[in-house]
Order: sequence, then structure tokens, then C-alpha cells
Amino acid sequence: MGDLTTWEKLPVGGVVRPEDAPRTLTGGWRTGETPVVDLSRCVNCLLCWLYCPDSAITLAGETFEGFDLDYCKGCGICADVCPVAAIEMVPE
Amino acid sequence: MTNVRLLTGGEAVAQAMRQVDPDVVPVYPITPQTPIIQTFAKFVADGAASTEIVNVESEHSAMSAAIGAALAGGRTMTATSSQGLALMAEVVYIAASMRAPIVMALGNRALSGPINIHCDHSDSMLVRDSGVVQLFAENAQEAYDLMVMAPRIAEDPRVRLPVLVCLDGFTITHSAEPVALLPDEDVARFVGAYDVQNSLLESARPSTHGPFAMPDYYFELRRQQAAALEAALDVLGEVADDFERLSGRWHGALERYRMYDATRALVALGSTAGTIKDVVDELREEGEPVGLVKLVAFRPFPAEALAATLGRCDRVSVLDRADSPGGTPPLRAELAAALYGSDVELAGHVYGLGGRDLHPPDVRALFAGTADPYVGLRGERCPV
Repeated sequence: MGDLTTWEKLPVGGVVRPEDAPRTLTGGWRTGETPVVDLSRCVNCLLCWLYCPDSAITLAGETFEGFDLDYCKGCGICADVCPVAAIEMVPE
Repeated sequence: MTNVRLLTGGEAVAQAMRQVDPDVVPVYPITPQTPIIQTFAKFVADGAASTEIVNVESEHSAMSAAIGAALAGGRTMTATSSQGLALMAEVVYIAASMRAPIVMALGNRALSGPINIHCDHSDSMLVRDSGVVQLFAENAQEAYDLMVMAPRIAEDPRVRLPVLVCLDGFTITHSAEPVALLPDEDVARFVGAYDVQNSLLESARPSTHGPFAMPDYYFELRRQQAAALEAALDVLGEVADDFERLSGRWHGALERYRMYDATRALVALGSTAGTIKDVVDELREEGEPVGLVKLVAFRPFPAEALAATLGRCDRVSVLDRADSPGGTPPLRAELAAALYGSDVELAGHVYGLGGRDLHPPDVRALFAGTADPYVGLRGERCPV
């Protein structure tokens, strides 16, 4: 934990500002399953992007691109809401 | 011009709240705090204060609402006692960790059980380690003064913690005394505007308050909180000096009463200090070198100042109005640590649980070294 912030330098009360949030790589909590996409089936409806409780669906402009596993917890909501079954949860 | 009014401690605290005019007061009634919010609610209803009073369904909700209000940018106050504080305790810890500068009047009352409504300090001691500042008043005047000082301490950038102004239930909350009120405009100028940091309502720059802290950050955040409470000792001194310039009355971390050449001293919190002062005066008339150290600040604990003052005594008796079953009562434990390595003989006494009075002859016995460890307890003599 040597590279983590010391107590004197932490924001008062541990308040997190948007610019600090990306440093917390919550994908480390992911257990069990990882989303895998079959892009040939994707219709780019972006329901997965809308429903993802974190920011783990990445876009290229307005086009589905993939998953940011640094923040994906493996909840499977994206696979569940996908209307064309393009996303599958695969055991790690 | 001095405006002296005959007020109970509860009414005096409500007057201070009217003059501070907080933005939000979420509160739930409980004896013996009720006269505070009852009096204050009337001020608000009459238009004498512009506060939003939130009638919550419990003390747990009162403190939860207070955190939200304080972090959104409202100057926030509340009040409670005993079981109310016990129910609120979970959220008191969270208020301190979220660094919410809430001011709370605590009408000290014994914790159940058995159920009781009278004064002791077991409720204060329940949140001893929550990270809040705890200041104890001796009388209605001090309760008023400390309520005026409290927002400045709570909101200081070095502190940003809840401040509890503790006043003995019934003895102070319900007893009428002459209280000198400051002019409204002086109090308004003294407390100034509340400068919130990272307001919850600042939507252009959103912030997450109270985030999850795993083993990688919890320890650091706890240490940061402890440092803020330590800093409150200096801030209290500065605010006390400012308040003295305004009012002519000084309330620092401790008051030394006839301690200059005292060889025997008592240490106490709250209204009992008044009784002890009278006995000190009598004993001084009789030529006894006795004195009192009245603690105003219990958290942060002024250990160095106490050691400097008491280190010259032969014998010090510390009075706890709360017990610690199976261990050492809180004030005695603090004093023993502060005086560790000195030659002072330290005696510990528990007194006044559940509102039992401490009488002047008891104080004489304490100074004489003949008092029981549990002062005023019927039955076999028990060690503290």
C-alpha cells in the first residue's frame, strides 16, 4: 500500500470528487463471471450502457465498443437487458 | 448593554439558538432536553428565527437529517438526552467521520436501565470515542455561552466535527438562573456565515460523501478524524479568547478555581463544579489549601494542561458521574494517564448516578480523603 495517499493528504472526510473516482479500480471486486460480447449480433441499442450501474460499458462515439473491466463487477445486468443476446457472462 | 434574564438552562440554550439562527434543526423531543426545542420552536413559530425545524420520527433520523443538512450547506443544530443519544449513537459516529459540523445540546441524563430521567453523564460517555467535541457547562450561563461558541469550533476548517454542549439534566436544563444575553447582532457577527465545503447541492462539481473505505483507507481516515479532534483544543482556546473579548467571560478547556497554591484538588465535570466551588471557598476561609479543576472540554481532553496544574498537588480526587462496570470510570482513567509518572496521589470516586445529589458535606469528605469510593451509595463500601 506504499503508493496510496497518506492521512494528511486525503480530502477531509474522505470526500471523493469526480476527478478522483477513476483512481479506484472497483473491477477488482469482480467475482465469478466476466461479460463477453458477440459484436456480430450487437444492434447498438446501448441498453447495456444505459443499465450498467458503473461505467463499465465503453463507447466509441455513439457506438458500442466493449467493457472496461477495471470497473466491471460482473453483475450481469448488461447480458440480462441485451435484447439480442449478444452478451454472455463467462466464468473467469 | 447587559441584558440579564431569568432563564432555565434549556431556555438559555434556546435563546442562543435563536441568536445563531441555524438553517436547519432536525430534532425529536426527550426529557430533559424538551424545554430546549419547545422554547426554540416557539421562537421559530413567532418569526424570531428563520430555521427549518424538521420534525423527525426518532433521534436516529434527527442526526441523519442533520448530516444531510450540514453537508448540503445549512448551519445545523439539534438536541437530545440519554436514550435519544443512545438511539442516535450510530449516526453520531458517522456525523463525525463525514466531518459534519453539527452543534448539539445534550441535556445529560442517566441511561436506562433502570429507566430514570435525572442527571448523570453516562449518555455523554456512551459517545466518548465517537470523535465529537464534548463541552460541559457548569450552569445556565455557561450553557448559553458554549452554544454561542460551538458553531465557531465545529465549523473551523481545522476541526469540522460535531460539537456537543452538555448541560446537566434538570440541574441546569430546568433550573432558572440570571443569564446575561448578548445582543442579537453581536452573536450573529461572532458566529458569521457558515462556509460549507463540497456542498451536496453543488451539482456543477458533484462529490461523494461517506464513501466505503476498505482496509487501504479506513485507518488513514480515522487518523485524520483524530487529528481534527486534537486540533479542536487550540481552536477552543482561540474561540474562548474571542468570546471573552465579546462578553467578558472566558471558557477554555479547563477552569482552575483557587488552584494557585492548592495541595489538594478535585476534578469534576458539569454543575457539580458549582457546589465544589462553594465548599472550596469555605475551606479556604478555614485555611485549607484546596482547589478545583473544572473540566469544560472532555473531548478533546486537555491532558497536558491538567498535568501541569495538578502535578503540583499532593492529592487529587477525580469525580466521575458515570461508571465503567468491570473497568475504570472514564474521567479517572484519563486523569491516571495524564498524571502517569507524577507523584500525585490520585483517588477516584463515582457519584451522582441517576440524579443523586452531591451535598457540601460529601465535598468536604472528598477533600478530607474520607469519602467512600462510591459517594452517597448505601451499603457496603466498594472499591472504584
